[in-house]
Amino acid sequence: MTGCLTLPFPAPVPAAGDYVLTGPDGGLHRLLPADGAAQVDLTAHLARYGALPHRAEPRRIIAEVEAAGLTGRGGAAFPAYRKLTAAANARPTPVVVGNGAEGEPASSKDRSLLWISPHLVLDGLQIAAATTGSRTAVLYAPRNERLHQRLALAIAERAAVRMDTAAVELRDAPGRFLAGEESALASHLTGLPALPGYRPARGLPRLGSGQPVLVQNVETLAHLALIARYGARWFRTAGTEEEPGSMLATLHHADGRMGVVEVPLGIPVAQLLGPREPVQAVLIGGYHGAWLPADQAATLPLANAALGPLGATVGAGVVAVLPADRCGLGETARVARYLALESAGQCGPCFNGLPRIAAALDHLARPRPDRRARADLDRWAGLVEGRGACHHPDGSVRFIRSALRVFAAETALHEQGRCSGTNPQPFLPLPSSPPLAHTDWS
Amino acid sequence: MAKQLRVDPTACTGHGLCAELAPELVTLDEWGYPLVTNRPVPRALDRTARRAVTNCPALALALARVP
Repeated sequence: MTGCLTLPFPAPVPAAGDYVLTGPDGGLHRLLPADGAAQVDLTAHLARYGALPHRAEPRRIIAEVEAAGLTGRGGAAFPAYRKLTAAANARPTPVVVGNGAEGEPASSKDRSLLWISPHLVLDGLQIAAATTGSRTAVLYAPRNERLHQRLALAIAERAAVRMDTAAVELRDAPGRFLAGEESALASHLTGLPALPGYRPARGLPRLGSGQPVLVQNVETLAHLALIARYGARWFRTAGTEEEPGSMLATLHHADGRMGVVEVPLGIPVAQLLGPREPVQAVLIGGYHGAWLPADQAATLPLANAALGPLGATVGAGVVAVLPADRCGLGETARVARYLALESAGQCGPCFNGLPRIAAALDHLARPRPDRRARADLDRWAGLVEGRGACHHPDGSVRFIRSALRVFAAETALHEQGRCSGTNPQPFLPLPSSPPLAHTDWS
Repeated sequence: MAKQLRVDPTACTGHGLCAELAPELVTLDEWGYPLVTNRPVPRALDRTARRAVTNCPALALALARVP
């Protein structure tokens, strides 16, 4: 029996009493406490995890992270040690950023972690700063007053006992889907709008001043804090050989409940779903992720090795079921419209293509669609793919194409003027009002 | 050294000059944005490619080393 934290969307932070003990078997409590959504203060944090081993050699920490096999938990699953190595070698010394922007509307795990266990994230930020020799660090968190007060308090608790070497600055992340994209984040820290930039060369993003930025997702930092304490071997006692450790996942159940759980990588997806949920499909990896048919998803582990060949990824750990009474095309069309609105509008193919794709999908979600809509959609999907400065067009197309695969039978029904959806209530979470003004990027 | 044409999609505003100057290497999509092949530019088209790059009004086109 493990904890599952339920958060009503779009509550920006979990509320006390939201915690229920209905998580999946085999869940873990490395990052979040087992006894509820109570906030962990510095005293409780140190009592549970012990002091941070500060004086470790940077190279030794990086080697330990490599041995642990920790990958980025923001969605891309990039090996953490490689970023740390690049940052340790970068000149001038990088600024280290804990990325808690979590622009994905279906994900709540980063803000839950920040709300409940901020000291684990702040520990990880200090470790990352120590490995790169940085004296300044930034915590980039969603724009929310209560969350910011909470984080400012946690930062002050640590400053009062002078336990940190790097000063931590708290910065607002705009509430946009792409605000946490690395180059958008770097742009925002420079004082410009949080828009993705074109980066032909790989490597760390840079501020306007030329200073490189090491961006790590806040959950990745929390794992880093634990690896620094307990080592790679301990980290690997959860997860699979290829994809070790635990991860936070945001679950959306058919009855509308949602929750954040910590599970080992590779946990059977079936274990995350309720035993008899009336489910037709499962969305894995969020709105840049992919739909899978429910019976197929139920046979898979939550691991990239198994999901990759099917066009899906673990992403940032969103697992959302589609109830049997909803139309999958209608749900996907709603999200596609949102994704089109969240285009930064900088790259022609994305700016032109996503709204047209969304409109075509909306058409396919209605009875007796024009036959040309599908051909148009397929052509436009091909035209936007790989032609953006960031991954937004690619991720959006992956999500939409998966819907056309998984809901192929539904498409055929619509052609006959029918629809299997009996419940018109929207299911997948979206912001209540999409921010449209250009200033919302800053 | 093999080179290829590369578009900075954030800088490109779809003037379409590249497709006029180097039709062998660039076509336009239905919204007027360039589709460039990622194959190396053949030696015979080197000058053509350079003309397209230097004349791009948005400075969005570059000849870059094939990775």
